[in-house]
Amino acid sequence: MVVQPGQAAEESVSGQILTVKDLTISYGGVPALSGVNLDIRENEIFGIIGPANAGKTSFLKAINRMDMFTAGMGVQGEIRFCGQDVQTLKNVYALRSAIGVVFPLPVGLPMTIYDNVALAPRLRGIKARQDLDVIVERCLERAALWDEVKDRLDSLGSLLSGGQQQRLTIARALSQEPTLLMLDEFSIAVDPVTTMRIEDVLKELRQEMTIILVTNLVQQANRLADRTAFFLQGSCVEVGDTATLFTGGAQDQRTTDYIEGRFG
Amino acid sequence: MFRETALNVRDKKVQGLFRLLFLTMTLLLILPVLVILGMLIYKGGPVLSIDFLFTAPTDGMTAGGVFPALLGTVWLVGVALLVSVPIGIAAAIYLSEYASDNWFTRIINLAIINLAGVPSIVHALFGVGAFVVFFGFGTSILAASLTLAIMTLPVVIVSTRESLMAVPQAFREACWSMGATRWQTIRRVVLPNSVSGILTGVILEVSRTTGETAPIMFTGAVFFTPFLPQGVFDQTMALSLHLFVVATQVPGVPDELPYGVALVLIGMVLLMNSISIAFRMYLRGRKKW
Amino acid sequence: MSDIATQDFDRRNRDWYIDKLVQLVVFFGGISAIVFIIGIFVFITKEGFGFILNTMDPVEFFTSPYWEPSDEDAPEYGILALIAGTASVTGLALIVAIPFSLGAAIFVGEFATGKTRELLKILVELLAAIPSVVWGFIGLTIMNPIIIDLFDVPVGLTVLNAGIILGLMTAPIMTSIAEDALKAVPDRYREAAEAMGATRWQVIFKVVLPAAKNGLLGAVLLGVGRGFGETMAVLLATGHSVNIPDSVFDSVRALTATIAAELGETAVGSDHYQALFTIGIFLFVITFVINLTADLVVRGVRKG
Repeated sequence: MVVQPGQAAEESVSGQILTVKDLTISYGGVPALSGVNLDIRENEIFGIIGPANAGKTSFLKAINRMDMFTAGMGVQGEIRFCGQDVQTLKNVYALRSAIGVVFPLPVGLPMTIYDNVALAPRLRGIKARQDLDVIVERCLERAALWDEVKDRLDSLGSLLSGGQQQRLTIARALSQEPTLLMLDEFSIAVDPVTTMRIEDVLKELRQEMTIILVTNLVQQANRLADRTAFFLQGSCVEVGDTATLFTGGAQDQRTTDYIEGRFG
Repeated sequence: MFRETALNVRDKKVQGLFRLLFLTMTLLLILPVLVILGMLIYKGGPVLSIDFLFTAPTDGMTAGGVFPALLGTVWLVGVALLVSVPIGIAAAIYLSEYASDNWFTRIINLAIINLAGVPSIVHALFGVGAFVVFFGFGTSILAASLTLAIMTLPVVIVSTRESLMAVPQAFREACWSMGATRWQTIRRVVLPNSVSGILTGVILEVSRTTGETAPIMFTGAVFFTPFLPQGVFDQTMALSLHLFVVATQVPGVPDELPYGVALVLIGMVLLMNSISIAFRMYLRGRKKW
Repeated sequence: MSDIATQDFDRRNRDWYIDKLVQLVVFFGGISAIVFIIGIFVFITKEGFGFILNTMDPVEFFTSPYWEPSDEDAPEYGILALIAGTASVTGLALIVAIPFSLGAAIFVGEFATGKTRELLKILVELLAAIPSVVWGFIGLTIMNPIIIDLFDVPVGLTVLNAGIILGLMTAPIMTSIAEDALKAVPDRYREAAEAMGATRWQVIFKVVLPAAKNGLLGAVLLGVGRGFGETMAVLLATGHSVNIPDSVFDSVRALTATIAAELGETAVGSDHYQALFTIGIFLFVITFVINLTADLVVRGVRKG
């Protein structure tokens, strides 16, 4: 508890978990995303929609500081997570462990299913087998994968089917007990049935955490998101209540055009 | 419409000729060596026996076995590995997991290439100048093994770096995104999935080190000693040098004895290499992702 | 919100420090190659420097064919004959190795398929592993009588013998590097040419070889470096007599072999000892230049 009480209080008044001010991201000096200002509230599902190359993935990378692994990626502006500027904090690993990430392509790590899910707790220093057993079972259950894999927890996570690997990735993210869960076009490599199951999972998770849902499916945002941002060609065009945006209430004509499928 | 034209027939003939030409060249490269190896086995085979491996040379090195040389080689290789494997793996981890693509990394890579390209006798001179004289280790297993270790370091670095880089980047990113530090990622994801590849490289290094002669001639290996090595400051005989000695330096050696020594040496080296190759093929066949 | 505020991203924990420590340790491993290459240069220069400063006449050193360091009254330090020995053996080795290894690389890389290809690659790799002292032994005991019988010459330990031995030694290495260079040519080049109706050999000669030109040159250069620095094989197979050869049937002595044969007899710090280190400096510099050139040549192709 090194965060100043006053500062923490100030940030939590509005219930905002993430505030982004004048964010600009560039690759080798070429801007990929610029002038983004938005707030993400606690326990909401925040949708981000937009065509390819809008800067959605770069946005997520900047939040959990994965930019430091990408050569030439530069981030300017301010991102505050739980009141702290992610650019200047001393321990980016602690930041990342508070943020779960699900990638477009499922990544089952080449270790057993059990070890996949136990990895994050182990990184936190949990060693006792019975504690890990509880976490693994709970996370796999919440990711709707437990019933399929409970008899073969010792098989390799990287050899599961695509849909199963994606749910494994979600279970792994949940095992971090994240404050924020970020999903980047999770349904791209997943069959529709699994997509619907994962969507149900997300609706339940909203009780406990904040979710940023980057999606290429406009209707997915409509089904799940409380508020939605529309990214286009490196800028954030509009942020609004999903219900408003999807019922013709968008401020910007391009948002309406995109939502109604006139381009994209 | 698809009937072969005269041109096609000619092309096919030319192609067949070229194929034959290149096949011949390949065989001319390989067959003489196989014949030579056959001759080694033919001449040296009768000498080989368990006794030959486990007895010392007798009668002024004109009879007896190779045991002290064999044991000395094990010592030299073992101590060299103790030095080169940790350094080599650390270097490979740095290059694969930490270094970015800049001028400094390029200089390191150049240094590795050059270290591998420096003539073995120059490594020997270095070993004499640095370890025997300057650091005062004298001609000893330690001096010889350090020389060998530095000489074969590029083998470990290059093979380890290759197996580390074969681990897909997506696994690292998945692990990093969970809050793992670079080291935690290396330890829990990268190393477990490359350890067998690293082992393959180490076996290859054992084979390389076993056969080296020039670097140990003046740093720690001697023509003959009646004593078996007891520690790293002792001098020792070595199999590769022993072959040189019995082939050129000792009068009255029966013809077939050097062939026997050569067979033991080449057998050890090829065995190591075969294990390494077999291991690599087994790994390639096993799918983990 | 309170449990969020307790998460602390501003405090470095044990894992953070362990990570930094590991980074430092592997960094030292990373620079070890640089340290060692500089160390080699420093130590051989240190041992040979006295000779270069005091005794050596640079003109005589490189142009005199007389290498008589153990003459007590008037030792002579000329390495011209030794350079000639090394050059003649390496040159012959390249004449033997280049065509065969390129041919073998083309066969393995472009013609052979499946099991044949695997088998040939394994054989080539195993041949490359045969220790140089064994090659020297083969030159001494197997090649020597063959050459004497075949050409009716008095001595079989000659440029010819060492050249063939060295050629057989370097060929597998050149083959595998050349094959890598061929493999680096993207398949779409081949497909594009084949789509235009070119036959396999046309594809190889008109498309693959030109595209792999730099990589192949790199393979040859590394072969040169190998041959140049080879010690035990040339020590045993050249006949070891100081001589500027007139034909391939002359015995010669190589730079490397001279060091190997004489270092044991010299007293540490003597002129002779220092002269041998000076040869070492010469070898180091030459191979350094060759390797550097090879690297630049190969890298050139990657950029283009």
